[in-house]
Amino acid sequence: MKFRSNWKWAIAALAIVAATACTGCKKKVADPFPATDAVTGWQKTSETRTFAAKDLYQYVDGDAEQYISAGVVTTSTSDYKYQGALEATVDVHTMTAPAGAQKILETGVTKDAKTVALGDEGIQYAQSIIFRKGNSLVRIVAYESTPDAPQALLALAHGIEAKL
Amino acid sequence: MESRRDFLKTAATGALVLGSQIKLAAAFDQHTAAKSKVVVARDALLHGANGTLDEKRVQALLDRAIASYTGHDKPIAAWKSIVPVGKVIGLKVNGLGGKGISTHAALILAVCERLQLAGVKPGEIVIWDRNARDLEACGLTISTDPSRIRVYGSDVSGFEEQQETWGMARVRFSKILTRECAMVINLPILKDHSGAGVTFSMKNMYGVINNPGDLHATNCNPGVADLNCIPTVREKVRFTIGDAMTSVYDGGPGFHPERLWQPNALIVGEDRVAVDHTAWQMIERKRAEVGMTTLEAAGRPPRYIASAADPTRNLGTNDPQRIHLLEV
Repeated sequence: MKFRSNWKWAIAALAIVAATACTGCKKKVADPFPATDAVTGWQKTSETRTFAAKDLYQYVDGDAEQYISAGVVTTSTSDYKYQGALEATVDVHTMTAPAGAQKILETGVTKDAKTVALGDEGIQYAQSIIFRKGNSLVRIVAYESTPDAPQALLALAHGIEAKL
Repeated sequence: MESRRDFLKTAATGALVLGSQIKLAAAFDQHTAAKSKVVVARDALLHGANGTLDEKRVQALLDRAIASYTGHDKPIAAWKSIVPVGKVIGLKVNGLGGKGISTHAALILAVCERLQLAGVKPGEIVIWDRNARDLEACGLTISTDPSRIRVYGSDVSGFEEQQETWGMARVRFSKILTRECAMVINLPILKDHSGAGVTFSMKNMYGVINNPGDLHATNCNPGVADLNCIPTVREKVRFTIGDAMTSVYDGGPGFHPERLWQPNALIVGEDRVAVDHTAWQMIERKRAEVGMTTLEAAGRPPRYIASAADPTRNLGTNDPQRIHLLEV
């Protein structure tokens, strides 16, 4: 009887240790999405949604295929607004390896792309920025073309880069 | 041989109205030997200098497209020849690509305005897509008030328990399609698609099922064609008013502003295969114009269009000789 009781205590203690360890793990996972005003002028306007590879169709439909074949693990996304006007969406794709992020980035390059110093490699267009850092591929898209959009997007991208 | 226009005139007296969707399907099959009419209506001034859509011009463009298709100059007569009165009409939009590349609210609201002009009550109109996010991406606000135009997604209605099948398609449909709508007007937006090649009329039906991810293999072929063969889709989704006012010619179906272009057009038709064939050619012309490869060379020709036209499926025609393309 005492033996059984000891085992119960031992299991309970293990459960507490495991839970504590998991909480610690969660804290170590970086949240790459800057909070409102963490980057000047940018407001985070939606909750972060995260999709596992198998559920990516729910978010990007047929685009999921190229990310899955490149080794996507999860995709997280959130909406932002700059100075209450310019709307943008940030997608952070976590890949199994940097090569997957590189593959996707290279697929997206067109002749209008400008190289920017972001992460391991970055390109910018008038309304969007794509960069990779380690296993992460980040895409930021603005829904309008405004004179201040490129600079604002770059600032947000640096804010994300710093959190990766 | 009876022309598509003659067919419509004949059908307007009976088969095209009052919810006789099965008759419609039968009528279509009987007339597959006739040419399928597709109207491409354009307005180069649709977008203002700041890039925003001119809503009045969108309404006028819609009227021109529908008048050309039906042969009725007056919008009331034209719309009465298309939709049944006293039945619930669904408008299946597409907001998957996000705010920048979703069916435009200006077009959706213009269709609603004309439906009401034709006698459809606000409570008999349901604007729908996969979920609230997609609908909001179109610029719409969720509403389930039964006395008004309803706007909600399959995330609210849920999906049928019963699976329906045709070929490789094994799906469960949104209850909005199965239980709410007597007829659906398809309002897709024209996009390049990294898997299917092109997404427009038939591919938009991936947004009415529980498991679109299961139908993406081999460039969505024959997934798209098989899904459209299921009677629930084939008989209810009978008319396309395609939004080609803004499009992406590469990198779709997501929003890629660097590959955005403004065809400033609506593509209208009853034959979903002919509509998709016409839309595909529009994408190919744009890709050629900017020096890009064909979709075939890019490894993603939209072969599902030919599959939909084959004798076993007989959803419509992809033969240019059998498409009466009317550009207005």
